[in-house]
Amino acid sequence: MGDEVSKFVQGDLKLVNLTKEFGDFTAVDDLTLTIPKGSFFALLGPSGCGKTTTLRMIAGLEEPTSGTISIGDKNITDLKSYSRPVNTVFQNYALFPHLSIFENVAFGLRRRGIKDVKETVMKALELVELGHLKDRKPAQLSGGQQQRIAVARAIVNRPAVLLLDEPLGALDLKLRRQMQIELKWIQTEVGITFIHVTHDQEEAMTMADTIAVMNNGKIEQLGSPSELYENPKTTFVANFLGQSNFLQGIVESESNGETIVIAHGIRITMPSSRNNGSTASVKIGVRPEKFRIHFVGSELPGNLLIGGVVTDISFVGVSTQYMVEMPWKQEIMVFEQNDGGAPNIKKGDQVSLTWEPQFTFALNGE
Amino acid sequence: MSNLETLQKEPRSGLLKNYKLEFTPYLLLIPGLLWLFTFFILPILNLSTTSTKTRSPSFETGAFDQTWRFLNYVDAFVENQEQFYRSFIYALIATVLALAIAYPLAYAIAFRSGAMKNILLVLVIAPFFTSFLLRTLAWKQILGSEGPVVSLLQNLNIMNSGQTITATSFSVIMGLTYNFLPFMTLPIYASLDRIDPKLLEASGDLFANSLNTFRKVTLPLSMPGVVAGTLLTFIPASGDYINASILGNPNTKMIGNVIDSRFFRVVDYPTAAALSFILMAVILIIVSVYIRRTGTDELV
Repeated sequence: MGDEVSKFVQGDLKLVNLTKEFGDFTAVDDLTLTIPKGSFFALLGPSGCGKTTTLRMIAGLEEPTSGTISIGDKNITDLKSYSRPVNTVFQNYALFPHLSIFENVAFGLRRRGIKDVKETVMKALELVELGHLKDRKPAQLSGGQQQRIAVARAIVNRPAVLLLDEPLGALDLKLRRQMQIELKWIQTEVGITFIHVTHDQEEAMTMADTIAVMNNGKIEQLGSPSELYENPKTTFVANFLGQSNFLQGIVESESNGETIVIAHGIRITMPSSRNNGSTASVKIGVRPEKFRIHFVGSELPGNLLIGGVVTDISFVGVSTQYMVEMPWKQEIMVFEQNDGGAPNIKKGDQVSLTWEPQFTFALNGE
Repeated sequence: MSNLETLQKEPRSGLLKNYKLEFTPYLLLIPGLLWLFTFFILPILNLSTTSTKTRSPSFETGAFDQTWRFLNYVDAFVENQEQFYRSFIYALIATVLALAIAYPLAYAIAFRSGAMKNILLVLVIAPFFTSFLLRTLAWKQILGSEGPVVSLLQNLNIMNSGQTITATSFSVIMGLTYNFLPFMTLPIYASLDRIDPKLLEASGDLFANSLNTFRKVTLPLSMPGVVAGTLLTFIPASGDYINASILGNPNTKMIGNVIDSRFFRVVDYPTAAALSFILMAVILIIVSVYIRRTGTDELV
């Protein structure tokens, strides 16, 4: 029967120097990562960044080329997938088409030799509010219902770690939003470590406590959603999570925790702690919603860009988006809340942009 | 685009379109129905009327009168019970053996063959490139007293010099198994190949080792192929007469051989026709019980 399932393994999930090569291609490159027990962790990145390979190695569906995987003190690197205290919610759910919903959820329990599964299975089905569908076959369920059954089938086993492989990718936008909230609630309810793989930055930010942004098999940056958004450490992260405006500049001085950068002849002040660049040449980043747009002469204090001309305005409900062309021909994107605070600006108007220094971040220049 | 729309809105062409749409499927069915009518329905009707005829008083060969003698069926069955019984036993053994060989083969092709998959599939159907009869004759040569197999076994003192492999029930069953193996392999392969590999991963993820994954996921999902394959083997095997006549002896005659000789040698058309109908009825009963039992109603 092979190894007995490590039922009582608990603790943080640790990946140490984990590498996976497919021929010449390195999918996961020397990854070291600790995921605290009970956290909702997201692996975020574009397709081909190695996030799914990482997940599959944790599940035991892919063998690492080198490195170790452990949960608490137990090294699980060499355990077969059926011996790991890890369960997966697959991308297209992978429900067993020949089994009823009840038997799908009972599958893991039965394989572990548990005889009396009824109560446990029904509890899991109640958790996803689909107890009444227990006698149906998967094909008779909608996509959203199948998704919940896939979650129930995994968490009923109380794994130490639950892996979610793009679980919401096949759902429509409205259902996806609803499931994001539900999954988050379920995670809080059961307290299992969730590792969620996604390429959808909004999904990752909504659900996860901690996000690791992956690119080319490596982690670009790890942190809470707000840390990653407000203070990205690389251009990749700044662009992958939301939108950014960049200004090329040179660090002029640094004192008392304040850095002065000159960009296109303009003095920009920012907290030194937010300068993630290591060279004198830096790229100043400002998120579009941090700007305030003004008619010339009525600017607020703070950093100031003058001489802009509005080239485009689009109204998107909660906000209005302005494209402002600067004297050096760069277009800056500005979002203003539609709360009556912004002046009545029209296309072709001369405007100035201001923002508070604390919202500036800087990266290595080009 | 707009031109097309206005055209479609015109009442006359619209009507024509509806008319065409409604009748097209039926028109497409006509060639097939004609074929079935001419080459299936008519012969069956002819056969059924023949089955209740009796030999004409003139005793001329091939002359029969319609007397509606349904006792023909009872006589035919009682006289040939042994061959009926043997046919189904042989067909059953051949089906079980073919399943035992074909399932692992189909499994290996579907899951373990990698780039070899297409080559292996061609090899499975390669026997069809030569005739059924020729291949069975080839087996007679291979297994015959002068053939390599017998010489080898005799040299190894496994067989005595007087013993043969051909002209035994063993060789008949072996021939049946061999000849119908592709019909077993292909449906099983098709249903195994259709299984989403993610389901097997999910099973492993849910604590099932490879044996349990096979028992609980792979096997149940391949059942439609197993049922189709066993039917495609059992039905023709139970009516087969080539294998028994080439590889067998007078004591291994199957019901197909009896029908063959009644038709072409004894020229007893009514008995041959009655035997054919009994065979058809028994197969229908066996098959419907089997399908009911395996719970694969979707198949029919």
